[in-house]
Amino acid sequence: MDLYEYQARDLFEKHGVPVLGGVVAEDPAAAKAGAEKLGTPVVVVKAQVKTGGRGKAGGVKIAKSPEEAEQKASEILGMDIKGHTVQRVMIAAGADIVEEYYFSLLLDRANRNYLAMCSVEGGVEIEQLAVERPEALARVAVDPNVGIDEAKAAEIVQAANFDEETAHKVAPVLVKLWDVYKNEDASLVEVNPLVKTGEGDIVALDGKITIDENAGFRHEDHAELVDVTSEDPLETKAKALDLNYVKLDGQVGIIGNGAGLVMSTLDVVAYAGEKHSVKPANFLDIGGGASAEVMANGLDVILGDEQVSAVFVNVFGGITACDAVANGIVGALKKLGDAATKQLVVRLDGNNVEEGRQILADFAHPLVTQADTMDGGAAKVAELAAAGK
Amino acid sequence: MSIFLDENSKVIVQGMTGSEGMKHSQRMLDSGTNIVGGVNPRKAGQSVAFEGGAEVPVFGSVAEAMEATGANVSVVFVPPKFAKAAAIEAIDAAIELLVIITEGIPVKDAAEFFNYSQAKGTTRIIGPNCPGLISPGRSNAGITPSNITGAGKLGLVSKSGTLTYQMMYELADIGFTTAIGIGGDPVIGTTHIDALEAFENDPDTAGIVMIGEIGGDAEERAAEYIKAHVTKPVVGYVAGFTAPEGKTMGHAGAIVSGSAGTAQAKKEALEAAGVKVGKTPTETADLMREIIKGQA
Repeated sequence: MDLYEYQARDLFEKHGVPVLGGVVAEDPAAAKAGAEKLGTPVVVVKAQVKTGGRGKAGGVKIAKSPEEAEQKASEILGMDIKGHTVQRVMIAAGADIVEEYYFSLLLDRANRNYLAMCSVEGGVEIEQLAVERPEALARVAVDPNVGIDEAKAAEIVQAANFDEETAHKVAPVLVKLWDVYKNEDASLVEVNPLVKTGEGDIVALDGKITIDENAGFRHEDHAELVDVTSEDPLETKAKALDLNYVKLDGQVGIIGNGAGLVMSTLDVVAYAGEKHSVKPANFLDIGGGASAEVMANGLDVILGDEQVSAVFVNVFGGITACDAVANGIVGALKKLGDAATKQLVVRLDGNNVEEGRQILADFAHPLVTQADTMDGGAAKVAELAAAGK
Repeated sequence: MSIFLDENSKVIVQGMTGSEGMKHSQRMLDSGTNIVGGVNPRKAGQSVAFEGGAEVPVFGSVAEAMEATGANVSVVFVPPKFAKAAAIEAIDAAIELLVIITEGIPVKDAAEFFNYSQAKGTTRIIGPNCPGLISPGRSNAGITPSNITGAGKLGLVSKSGTLTYQMMYELADIGFTTAIGIGGDPVIGTTHIDALEAFENDPDTAGIVMIGEIGGDAEERAAEYIKAHVTKPVVGYVAGFTAPEGKTMGHAGAIVSGSAGTAQAKKEALEAAGVKVGKTPTETADLMREIIKGQA
């Protein structure tokens, strides 16, 4: 899960990374109050969106009084930045910036360790810097079992070519940023820019953190970082039902078991749907044990998607037996009753497939069509979805 | 022959006495796996009776189980919270093969125990978040159904469990030396490349099916490896062409970040390495079947 800048700022502060004052506001009056609270002659009003390029989009503005902060906040709140509606701004204390640097620490999947990247040329698009002047971006491997200790921090600042005086000030900040990474179970901690102020202090001016949701069991406080208001309502509903669901923009509802098979089902449906101008509507993995309840919950979420005109249930019975899945579908349709209104194509294969297909045949529900193969089922559901649009 | 796992493998199960562990230990025993012990410090000294007559002793630690039984493979079913400790224990005991089925392990924990195992240099890790591996007719370490197909001459390596099953089913007429699910997490112990290398060196494997999915660049690196080192025919399949950017698709590692990790890029890399890539699992299986027919 990616965090907002203000959430990253708060986590930085919690672990002793130097930051400036910042107050989050959801309306202009709160922005004014925030600026008054900060009390600095200049504040920056910053749109809180989980995407880059907000400065260019007009989402960052300077204000020289609380009244001006209120005015700027009213301009920024509600703004659309790359499809993200601005619901909050952060009022940040103004800084006297002398130099801008870059630092990030992230999971290196290829090498299965962590990678620290650091540059004395910060404040720019780092992807661009990496392509155009790769020599200006130091890349240092970090052992997950050691982390960034004083020695590693010294190695990083040296590789990035900081002057000696600055290097001595930046290195301890990197050790603190490691604390954030490790103790918050992050997979990315980025500071851009990390700045030197007129007083010579090193400050993390803007930050980005991605946290690992699998580590939620040891971070009860991370649940509060989830922004439910920005989630798709169907995704929120699915999450509450403990379903692995991603909303997409299409007409064919998809239910399957196992992440890989469901991704594959989406692709096969998209491929079959080309000539009918229909696309998959969602990703939904019901996992190994497809009980009637899980199946009913899944169908309930998918049928709540108004765009959906037909549903494809694609299950390979590996651990789960197909008769259990078929009973799940029957149970779900019984439970849903008149609420089930969309055509359902069901493809069952694998463990106990004959029994499973027989159960559905005996049930003889008018909305259910069986398919023998995955490709055949995809072709059939695409056709039905196009007809039902 | 097979890779990583054969009829001589002696298997222990960490977390055998839990509900998942019990269920899958029974299934492994049913498919002919030589399970010689379970590990649970709170039940050490007891034994568990399985259907079919197997009486499996429970040991207090992996080291004790290995000492008493000569086990060389451990399958881990413990919950995410305790998985790192279980892995470290097995690595400390220098188990040869450690198969971690558990889904939902924090990536920091996986990065830590993987690097710990690399430093020790005695344990191969498969997974986490994987179905394990099966060498049909010889042994089954994990949760792969053993009744899909039997022994044959194909090797299969996949990030996904159910796509492994689907592909084994599609190619049931030819059969497999070993089918290995390497897992869908961002940090995994055994990679596509490790499996490709082992299949290349296995005299009984005549062709290799490689299944990838969005996220990371493991498939791209595997493509380079194939081009340089693999002489056997490889067909590929990649899932996730329709996945939107920035969304995790079920597997923790299945995410397109910006323009990185797309299915299209992986497909193109594989094709550039001479690997035929199917549009659907069925088409992929057909491509492999044609190749095998041509060899006969």
